[in-house]
Amino acid sequence: MGLDFTVVPGYLDFILLGVLWTIAITIGAALLSFFIGIFFAVIALYGPWFIRLPFRAFEWLFMGTPLLLQLFLIYFGLVQIGIDLPAFVAGVIGLGLHFAVYNSELIQTAIIAVDRGQMEAARTLGLSRGQALRKVVVPQAVRDVIPPIGNNMIALLKDSALVSVIGVSELTLSAQRAIGNTYRPFEFYVVAAAFYYLINLGMEWVLRRIERRIQAAR
Amino acid sequence: MTDQKPFLDIRNAQKSYGDLEVLKDISLQVQRGQIVAIIGPSGSGKSTLLRAINDLDPLTGGEVWLEDMQINKKLPHRQYEKHINQVRQNIGMVFQHFNLFPHLSVRGNVTLAPKMLKGISDDEANALAEEQLEKVGLLDRIDYYPSRLSGGQKQRVAIARALAMKPKVMLFDEATSALDPELVEEVNLVMKKLAEEHMTMVIVTHEMGFAEAVCDRVLFMDQGVVVEEGPPSKIFRNPDNERTQNFLRKHLANANR
Ligand SMILES: Nc1ncnc2c1ncn2[C@@H]1O[C@H](COP(=O)(O)OP(=O)(O)OP(=O)(O)O)[C@@H](O)[C@H]1O
Ligand SMILES: [Mg+2]
Repeated sequence: MGLDFTVVPGYLDFILLGVLWTIAITIGAALLSFFIGIFFAVIALYGPWFIRLPFRAFEWLFMGTPLLLQLFLIYFGLVQIGIDLPAFVAGVIGLGLHFAVYNSELIQTAIIAVDRGQMEAARTLGLSRGQALRKVVVPQAVRDVIPPIGNNMIALLKDSALVSVIGVSELTLSAQRAIGNTYRPFEFYVVAAAFYYLINLGMEWVLRRIERRIQAAR
Repeated sequence: MTDQKPFLDIRNAQKSYGDLEVLKDISLQVQRGQIVAIIGPSGSGKSTLLRAINDLDPLTGGEVWLEDMQINKKLPHRQYEKHINQVRQNIGMVFQHFNLFPHLSVRGNVTLAPKMLKGISDDEANALAEEQLEKVGLLDRIDYYPSRLSGGQKQRVAIARALAMKPKVMLFDEATSALDPELVEEVNLVMKKLAEEHMTMVIVTHEMGFAEAVCDRVLFMDQGVVVEEGPPSKIFRNPDNERTQNFLRKHLANANR
């Protein structure tokens, strides 16, 4: 049984639907991980202790355990306490929170690295600490870590394949289903890999544009 | 003049970092429209005193008053934050290293605080930015980012940013010390202009010539105390105290090198 790519076109619309789901999950989780990452960074640094301490435990949970397990926990585990999320939503939340923790680490470091004269200048003008963080310190910190956050987002795209295990019909699961019908694993996995690569290129293009925009405003 | 109630009144300021006493019972009264220079050797406590005025470095003892309001009054934390944010709107501060916000344009730097704190519209904020930048001669740089400005231009923007809050007092902490010599004059000119408009100012400076030309009064500080104070003609030409004489002699020798 040699290779036969002629089976692929018949499943192309099916695979493309998977591509769309992968893009949707990646964009959803990326946005979530970005904004929640900023929020996490601020509460990790400035929150009161009774928020900071549980947050540390939460952070440990997300960094120290497999993402696959986290997805299972959110999708299958939460049902037991009455939270029954659609697979797509569970996938976005799982991926989003997981990468939010990594983004938060980057942003925390960057916030600490912002010159303390910035906070002073803002406070001197009469801004509160919260206002100064929001308008002066955090925007600079985030701007400084856009490239490494971009790398996290590429990793997020690749890890989005894991949500196939909770039944989201994204690219990997679509390929698997096509294989189930055709018994052509090599062909469909290669096609899936090619699509991941293309999405990856697209993301890098977007990231470069964002970085250039930021560079221009310096 | 002495019978007038002081505009800015520092009473028995005391500040310690652990065992290190940085300010030892300093009092300073500034009348409305007066310009006071603070000079003294490095580490004498000039910045600490200046930064105590707007409570950036809170005093460990003593009081600071602006008109009828005590700036560093004891309040519960939340109330104090509200109070001090209000107070600081009245006190402009200019730093040695400018501290412009690099992620905002010149316009953004100048309008940020008025927009957030005074609830003015975008149009009003723009008009305000234009007015203040005109004053410091940088209207044509309004859409530049700080990284594209020279040091002197940055400091003039920082002054415009402070002025946009319409402060009652301006504090300068070695505003020209980080500048290349050829850029000092443009900043000094802006400060002179403010002096002509009778802005109340407290200026920490190493530039004795400028202090003599602009200031009404000079304080010489050393090791946390005010060693001598008086009109510039007196302090610079004919100081009584030996420490003042030594400092000025050394300073002059350095300046002429
Ligand atoms: N946060 C701090 N913790 C400990 N000591 C401090 C702190 N800030 C300032 N000091 C000390 O307080 C003293 C006065 O410092 P200050 O910055 O007020 O001096 P200055 O007169 O402004 O000096 P310069 O001309 O170098 O700016 C110095 O001995 C300094 O080391
Ligand atoms: Mg100083």
